[in-house]
Amino acid sequence: MEHDFAKGVEELGLQIDSRIAAYFSSCIHCGLCAEACLFYTETDDPRYTPIYKLEPMRRLWKAQHTFWGKFAVKLGLSKPLTEQDFADWEELVYDSCTMCGRCSMVCPVGNDIAYMIRKEREGFSSAGYSPVGMQEATHRALTIGSPMGVTLKTLRAALAHVEKDTGLNIPMDQQGADYMTLFSSMEIVNFPEYIESLARIFAAAGVSWTISSEAFEATNSGIQIGSHQAAAELVGRVVNAAESLGVKYVISPECGHAYSAIRWEGPNLIGRPYRFQVIHILELLDELQKSGRLQLSGHTDTPLTFHDPCQIVRRGGVVESPRDLLGKVASGFVEMADHGTMNWCCGGGGGVSANERAEELRLKVFDRKRKQLDELGVTTMVTACANCRIVLEEGIEDREMNVEVIGLTELLAEHLLLPEKRTD
Amino acid sequence: MIGAFIDGPFWYFSLGVFCIGVLFRLFSILRVGLKPDLALPRGSGSSGALRNLFSLFLPRRDVATRGRLTLVAGYLFHLGLFALLFFARPHVDFYAERITGFGWPALPYWGFIISAEIAFIGLLLLWLHRLLHPVTRLLSTADDHIATGLVFLVMLTGCLALAQSFEPLRLLHLFLAELLLIYFPFSSLMHTFTFAFSRSYSGAVMGRKGVNA
Ligand code: SF4
Ligand code: SF4
Repeated sequence: MEHDFAKGVEELGLQIDSRIAAYFSSCIHCGLCAEACLFYTETDDPRYTPIYKLEPMRRLWKAQHTFWGKFAVKLGLSKPLTEQDFADWEELVYDSCTMCGRCSMVCPVGNDIAYMIRKEREGFSSAGYSPVGMQEATHRALTIGSPMGVTLKTLRAALAHVEKDTGLNIPMDQQGADYMTLFSSMEIVNFPEYIESLARIFAAAGVSWTISSEAFEATNSGIQIGSHQAAAELVGRVVNAAESLGVKYVISPECGHAYSAIRWEGPNLIGRPYRFQVIHILELLDELQKSGRLQLSGHTDTPLTFHDPCQIVRRGGVVESPRDLLGKVASGFVEMADHGTMNWCCGGGGGVSANERAEELRLKVFDRKRKQLDELGVTTMVTACANCRIVLEEGIEDREMNVEVIGLTELLAEHLLLPEKRTD
Repeated sequence: MIGAFIDGPFWYFSLGVFCIGVLFRLFSILRVGLKPDLALPRGSGSSGALRNLFSLFLPRRDVATRGRLTLVAGYLFHLGLFALLFFARPHVDFYAERITGFGWPALPYWGFIISAEIAFIGLLLLWLHRLLHPVTRLLSTADDHIATGLVFLVMLTGCLALAQSFEPLRLLHLFLAELLLIYFPFSSLMHTFTFAFSRSYSGAVMGRKGVNA
């Protein structure tokens, strides 16, 4: 990609809003955020301190928004940002941050560092300083419709398999359905069992749903690389499809950043509220379960734990639903010491897993999760994000651990009480 | 002559710089603007803001273990300083005479000594940590050291002035405090006020998302 330094600096400057100005004004350089970030705790490298990853943006804020900064610029005393700064920080901004937001929870002055990194990435990607893997994924998302290159044909083939295996009809482009389902490419390619589970649960619960042939992809590479134009284009496709089908809800799949993108960032990206609501699949399953439409039978007594996907739980607010659901089917459910909104991330979110250059570091910081699992001693881990799942599986394999990872939706589908056996 | 200047015009000048500077800094944060959030909220932003404003006074488990030293030192310093600043007898008298027109109960002498010791231990630990720990050393700027140094000197001269009741020391203490007031709005000491903004902004977002942080 071409480098355009001036454009990058301009974009970076535009990202500074009141929140960021307050955050930089408040930071006391105490370093506590480092203790919350697995990239620091597992490497002991101070460069991985969360707030240090924002040094280019801090310098720009200082020069543009503070008295001393402006004064120093006037007198020629300050060092302006250079291309070298972008080059030096690219790895810190993209490879060593999953935007998991754990650091944001511990900062004593309340700085939301993950939000700042998201904004800083806008400047870096505009300047052309972003990992090649993420650039390619974004390009594929915009041209093919999926960061992994999954086409409608691939989806149809996967759906045909599901129809054959389940004997159920999977609705496509059904006008006026209640729910429109999105998938992440990872699910279509690696975990089609998720689609199958959904089809079975929805059939049992009598949910009126559909898939759109125009927009079935939920992951948003624009958010990950930090390009609001790309992100808005990708969200726009889903919004158009949902609004033209007239659905009441769009279901975000078991994918964290997809959820953040469509649920929390989407309306701001397209500049208006949606004419439908977005619901995460776990919220929907919880609702169905509570209203008695989704009935579960039996339970597993295997000791298991839950890995909270950052964007769904800490950054998304879906905290209790997975626990309520697990409580219904798993009698051996135990929490990790740090769980819920303080869970440690898998190490591969925020586009890190799409960035080959970061692989070695990602596997190293997986040690954090390994320690959590070792402390607990369980060999089954449930999660609710296809990206977490693949990253966890790779880490487990790399560390030669004996742990199985399963998706929560599938676990529930395994305990589905079919309508013919129901008493209601 | 110098004494009268420190006690009179320079006091008003530094107080003026402090007040106008702080207000200007706060205004310049708000002036940058914030786009409204169009996403359908799950919870209330304002109660999230309020919750985060106070809940962050209590550290989370993880930082309480890994960052224990910073945390304990931070508490010692801030609590000690707060007690000194608002409840040391000479300060209460000073505020009553120069600012508020009324006083309030002050700490007994032994309370003053304990608060001062707590604040000194906290500040020195924080400073040492800043100099020695690789993370804080990397993050620290000249401003962090100037601010810490000034606060240290103000506290030191304050204690000496109290112990000796010696006029030049009182003036030196006041003079350094005035320098601190002037430096304050241009430095990271501004976190005294802006922390409320940062915590509330983050808390509002979390509140809207339904995260009880
Ligand atoms: S924890 Fe907060 S205040 Fe401390 S260094 Fe990190 S961002 Fe700054
Ligand atoms: S968001 Fe997560 S990965 Fe990024 S700096 Fe903070 S703790 Fe580290």
